[in-house]
Amino acid sequence: MADAVQIPDEAEVRARWGAFAWTEANERKAKEVLGRYPAGREQSGSIPLLDLAQRQVGEETHTQGWLPVPVIEFVARYIGVPYMRVYEVATFYTMFNLAPVGRYHVQVCGTTPCMLRGSDDVFAACKNKGLIKGKTTPDGLFTLTEVECMGNCASAPMVQINDDNFEDLDYDRTIAILDALERGETPKPGTQEPGRHTVEPVGGPTTLTAMVSENHDYRGEWGSAPAVEGAGA
Amino acid sequence: MPKLKVDGIEVEVPQGATVLQACEAAGKEIPRFCYHERLSIAGNCRMCLVEVKPGPPKPQASCALPAADNQEVFTTSPMVKHAREGIMEFLLINHPLDCPICDQGGECDLQDQSVAYGRGASRFAENKRAVTEKYMGPIVKTIMTRCIQCTRCVRFAEEVAGVEEIGAIYRGENMQITSYLEEAVTSELSGNVVDLCPVGALTSKPYAYEARPWELRKTLTIDVMDAVGTNIRLDSRGRQVLRCVPRINEDVNEEWASDKTRHAIDGLVRRRLDRPFVRRDGKLVPASWDEAFAAIASVDHGGSVAAVAGDLLDCETMYAAKVLLRNLGSSRLEGRQTGMDYDTSSLAAVNFNTTIAGTEQADAILLIGTNLRWEAPLVNTRIRKAIKRGAKVFAIGPETELTYKVEWLGADLSVLGDLPEAVTKVFGDAKTPMVIVGGAAIKGAHGAALKLVDTLGLVKDGWNGFNVLHMAAARMGGLMLGYAQAGGIADLHDARLAFFLGADEVDFTRFTGFKVYVGHHGDKGAAAADVVLPGASYAEKAGIWVNLEGRVQRGERAVFPPGDAREDWSILRALSDAMGATLPFDSFAGLREAMFAEVPALREQGLVRFDWTPPALDAAASGVLEGYPIKDFYLTNAICRASPTMQRCSAELVHGQDFAEAAE
Amino acid sequence: MSLSDKDRIFTNVYGYQSWRLDAARVRGDWDNTKALLDLGQDKIIDVIKASGLRGRGGAGFPTGMKWSFMPKAPSPERPSFLVINADESEPGSCKDREIIRHDPHKLIEGALVAGFAMRARAAYIYIRGEYIREAETLFAAVAEAYEAGLVGKNACGSGYDFDVFVHRGAGAYICGEETAMLESLEGKKGQPRLKPPFPAGAGLYGCPTTVNNVESIAVAPTILRRGAEWFSSFGAENNRGTKLFQISGHVNKPCVVEEAMSIPFRELIEKHCGGIRGGWDNLLAVIPGGSSVPLVPASQIIDAPMDFDGLKAVGSGLGTAAVIVMDKSTDVVRAISRLSYFYKHESCGQCTPCREGTGWMWRVMERLRTGDAEIGEIDMLQQVTKQVEGHSICALGDAAAWPIQGLIRHFRPELERRIRERGGDLAPMQEAAE
Repeated sequence: MADAVQIPDEAEVRARWGAFAWTEANERKAKEVLGRYPAGREQSGSIPLLDLAQRQVGEETHTQGWLPVPVIEFVARYIGVPYMRVYEVATFYTMFNLAPVGRYHVQVCGTTPCMLRGSDDVFAACKNKGLIKGKTTPDGLFTLTEVECMGNCASAPMVQINDDNFEDLDYDRTIAILDALERGETPKPGTQEPGRHTVEPVGGPTTLTAMVSENHDYRGEWGSAPAVEGAGA
Repeated sequence: MPKLKVDGIEVEVPQGATVLQACEAAGKEIPRFCYHERLSIAGNCRMCLVEVKPGPPKPQASCALPAADNQEVFTTSPMVKHAREGIMEFLLINHPLDCPICDQGGECDLQDQSVAYGRGASRFAENKRAVTEKYMGPIVKTIMTRCIQCTRCVRFAEEVAGVEEIGAIYRGENMQITSYLEEAVTSELSGNVVDLCPVGALTSKPYAYEARPWELRKTLTIDVMDAVGTNIRLDSRGRQVLRCVPRINEDVNEEWASDKTRHAIDGLVRRRLDRPFVRRDGKLVPASWDEAFAAIASVDHGGSVAAVAGDLLDCETMYAAKVLLRNLGSSRLEGRQTGMDYDTSSLAAVNFNTTIAGTEQADAILLIGTNLRWEAPLVNTRIRKAIKRGAKVFAIGPETELTYKVEWLGADLSVLGDLPEAVTKVFGDAKTPMVIVGGAAIKGAHGAALKLVDTLGLVKDGWNGFNVLHMAAARMGGLMLGYAQAGGIADLHDARLAFFLGADEVDFTRFTGFKVYVGHHGDKGAAAADVVLPGASYAEKAGIWVNLEGRVQRGERAVFPPGDAREDWSILRALSDAMGATLPFDSFAGLREAMFAEVPALREQGLVRFDWTPPALDAAASGVLEGYPIKDFYLTNAICRASPTMQRCSAELVHGQDFAEAAE
Repeated sequence: MSLSDKDRIFTNVYGYQSWRLDAARVRGDWDNTKALLDLGQDKIIDVIKASGLRGRGGAGFPTGMKWSFMPKAPSPERPSFLVINADESEPGSCKDREIIRHDPHKLIEGALVAGFAMRARAAYIYIRGEYIREAETLFAAVAEAYEAGLVGKNACGSGYDFDVFVHRGAGAYICGEETAMLESLEGKKGQPRLKPPFPAGAGLYGCPTTVNNVESIAVAPTILRRGAEWFSSFGAENNRGTKLFQISGHVNKPCVVEEAMSIPFRELIEKHCGGIRGGWDNLLAVIPGGSSVPLVPASQIIDAPMDFDGLKAVGSGLGTAAVIVMDKSTDVVRAISRLSYFYKHESCGQCTPCREGTGWMWRVMERLRTGDAEIGEIDMLQQVTKQVEGHSICALGDAAAWPIQGLIRHFRPELERRIRERGGDLAPMQEAAE
């Protein structure tokens, strides 16, 4: 269990976060979240509300946010569920940070598809920028985490930094992104491959080329009569 | 009623039964860790895998699979053997090899099933996982490296105890069972997780390293910590009771016991009265039995004699005292130490008529002045089961956490005369309505509650929903033996000679005559007495107790009383000689025969049938309940008060003292 | 015969054009959806059945049949639910992301049509938490659909009330398992439930529920518009339709592309991915359906048809059609060991074989990677995978076992070579005395 985060529940955390409550905007969002579930099923809101709370903590600390125990308890009270049940949820899902993180949470995918495309180089770039897995840089800017497949395999390797993905990385591109963040800039998210749009083959799509320049409607080329009319067939 | 074949044996099982139950019906042993009859099905340990046809070509978890017609189940096929060996190996790879120092040793499911179903050798060459200990409170000791994540404790806490403070955090191989933030679990039933734990992860903290199961003598008896009459087994070695565990009795305690039942026993060897004492010059000094008897015999009582029965007393002691008083020309008997004087002309009107098990069937429940969680934790768990089946619960009294949803109607008893429509509506629709009158309300609302029998339709064919909840193990037996005065204990105050039979909760200053204390602990009663005669605790005598539902139960003697202490009936028998009022029996068997002749209902074990002839009482009720009789669950009698474990529980769980750090 | 653009369903898969409602309508989405609903529930299910559509989430269960399991007359106290699995987390899979961020209205329209067909009262789209921007798009698209009266009360003017809700996860692969997803939707840990009961009987909130993959749902409206025959004209018997393939790893141009089912592997790679990096002779092995299926060595995969049956025939599976290509520069033991780590990391911890087995398997794999093992341990590992496979509550145990079994089946000499080079004992491993 050496790698498990220990939950800080010291007096200072209680003191700092004991009075946690939604901001006015988040109160509205929280109500909206609960509106998605049937009455009496408020527990369904535990994950979205923990996320909302983590984001609010992030705003208040100017980081990507984490979940101090009193904040978890606040969410539990808000949805009327025993603390233990919400605490279990907070420890189960990887996106909930049980310890503070930095301004930028650098989450590098290390699973096989990214590994095959060079995630080792991405990690090397992070390491040479002074980022250590599981730790926050002394300036509080970066926290590095190795994460599992993020579903960007056709534009691997990738990193998710806060809410944005940066894809088609290599060593230099990773350094460039971290440098830009350090300078306070906002690097362009998505693929870093020049000329690539999203997940089409590099150099241009092999299919649906008509879509590149216009919002093409292919229905004119369908030919046979739509099935709705031919429902009896 | 599905019919299926288990290893070629045809069995028929009730609808809804599982394949595991069908296998048991066929006499086949199915190993299991997570499955438990009284908990929800988790299906996570995978030890109970069997081969089922028709079905997918892989083994099925029999605990979760419904039995169905024409199934063919195989419990010894190569597929099953392979599955069991595999699961056993997985369970053991990260389980420490510390059996020699584990308290579960000798009664460990993992040990037993490993021998029966395991491969016998390990192929695991990696490092074993280590898990830090979790603090769970004064009762439960944890060695979490041993945990096999069966989640029985989690399910017990949620489903039975109603205290969702145990959970499984993290995931995968890092999953850990813990109390919330590693704080003490605030349940009166926490000790049950020790029994439930199939391995040595949760063991009994007070019993740690005390004994091995095979060196203990096991005695079956009845618990006296409350009026439920929990069926227990006392495990003793030599002269000391080392452990108390519940026995299964579906009608009474199922297979649970409260923490007090389990752990007050270390009070049995502390603060004991082990010789007679006589007060000389204002101080109690040790004396011989003859000196003590002589001191009592010299009292000029003139027939003004009284006996007060304590809460833990067996029927035999009360009967012996009753005959002694009769021989001395008195019938002033009382067991309601704190001054209760409710009408006892009909015992049905002060009985728990629905029965403990019957409580589960109730569909509308009104609690009047009772904190069930403390007054009868194992009745409280039945209410939880009733709620699971759809019952609604209302309560009158100061609001308190009962572990389930209650609609509180305030603390003013006058509401009984004008129940809100929400209540009358629910009770109007109820088929099995139930009212429970607790100790806080019986004084002011006995009549008003009896009136509800008519207005709420509590008594009908095959159903009696009127209940009084007693808290003393001796109460129902005492009432059957006549330990009740019209004016309550006040009628006894002026007796020139008063016997206090294990009675410690009395206001002794009111008694003006000569006070004799017969009991086992140096508590309030002994301190107030002029003569102290050392008696036997419930563990040290055979006896009959009648629980709150009128169930006659017998217990056996586990150990001998310490020092010069004697069984209570024999003390009274010897004293009767000294007082010239010889009791007409000289053996325990003779005593019982005489008692049965006088109160035949005590002869047979089981429920006594009290005819429903309620008295006509004043139906007016008024007064605001300020609180409940029990102020501290863990310190309700002399044994608990002498118990370090109960003192620790009280300090930590009732008074919030922080011991968590001491756990490391 | 190759798929032509006019027969591609996800025309905006690369996101060259806007995902918004007006743009989607130009492409043909939400075009008289009422007429689709007017077909009636039974007819819709019949068309989907006839189309041969099999679930696109990996298991390949016939979609129409799945819908038909739902109660025909749900009660108001126990409504039916459609849950759409957008928890795309299988390593190699990245198709639902493109649907959601570039063609979300196909999914929402599909939700209405499918939900209507199974008489559901609402759809919950469970999107993995890490798809943050994708979820933003989806929320906005759903809001557009509500705004336009396409979903909600009297959806599309059909008289049918149908809600679509988006629910974000928070990082747990296991929530892609349907019952774990329901647990997670109910706000609990994502631990799979025991089956039976199956979700169609007791699913979300104990109500009848069908869980479908994003792609399965999103193709439904087009199938209804163009007819079952059109859809079933692609692919081999029992493997009909078009499919989003996601090719990653050592190809020259990794991409996501919609192709006809049963397209041969070589054609898929040649046509869309610019070939194997370093040429076909450089191909080592392929994991053809996402991390959970066994790898297939080059010689067997090259001419295999990319469909359920074709890949089953080479000892693997189509899974989510996430094709992970490995060339000869690959440390194949490390590639599989990294997957073992993934399963260890994602095991929910509920049941014994998976909780204990995934960690054990990964640790042995790591030693095999460096050769720090004995030859006998290869067979032991194989046995351990057999002790996990088929013994766990959900399929994660199987998924953790299969890649290792594939590795041992096809690359045993490589494993032995590493052990020998490190000087490992050739004798069978001694069993340590307990």
